[in-house]
Amino acid sequence: MAFPDRIERTVEVAHPPEKVWAALTTAEGLSAWFGNEATIDLRPGGGALMRWNEEGFTAQMRVERVEEPTVFGFTWGIYGLPADDPRRTYVEFTLEPAGAGTRLTVVETGFAQLPEDIHRKAYDGNSEGWAKELGELAAYLDAG
Amino acid sequence: MLDDIEAIAEQVFAALADPTRRAILAALASGGPATATDLAVDLPITRQAIAKHLALLTEAGLVTAEPGERRRVRYQLRSAPMRVAQQFLAALARDWDSALGALTDHLDRGA
Repeated sequence: MAFPDRIERTVEVAHPPEKVWAALTTAEGLSAWFGNEATIDLRPGGGALMRWNEEGFTAQMRVERVEEPTVFGFTWGIYGLPADDPRRTYVEFTLEPAGAGTRLTVVETGFAQLPEDIHRKAYDGNSEGWAKELGELAAYLDAG
Repeated sequence: MLDDIEAIAEQVFAALADPTRRAILAALASGGPATATDLAVDLPITRQAIAKHLALLTEAGLVTAEPGERRRVRYQLRSAPMRVAQQFLAALARDWDSALGALTDHLDRGA
């Protein structure tokens, strides 16, 4: 199974969990190291936005777990897929005290989700999706 | 499940490894459905060679063949396998090493 479904990294930083937590869960913290601009509504179900100016890329996140200062989880889209694709990966940060510092683990899972239309039996219908939608657009414009 | 998508990704990357098949897929992506004859007008290879590649791409599920006017078969791109391959690439491109390095630097600077 060469397809990577899960990415996991652990780093130890010489700062207490509270400080790492702030860097992970506040707009000020996220925009300082992760993206260039960030907004976050820190509650399960809350939305967050991250923007990378150089790449001209914006990620829309949905906050899933908030257990200060030990677990922060969110989902976001898979880079390269259309913005409305329902597949998303789940990212979870876990913070553990390690001496005077913090052991920070990030796990991202879900890269290997199967799209619903992947099976052969569904092949034919789906290939017509765009043609159908363009047809509907044409009908809508004609009706107008 | 992983075996399925692994097999699909393999077919996409095998298809993309050949420059002629890349050109055919690119032509279908940019210009929409086309016949082997249509493609032969724009690409610097024979209709026969294009037909051979189209048969392979159809077998791999990357294009679908549909009967057109006067029994001319038109080929259309199928995007679903490409999206599976994109998932693979997205996993490779997710750069947590750089991000965590930047986080460490940020924390150290603020100390």
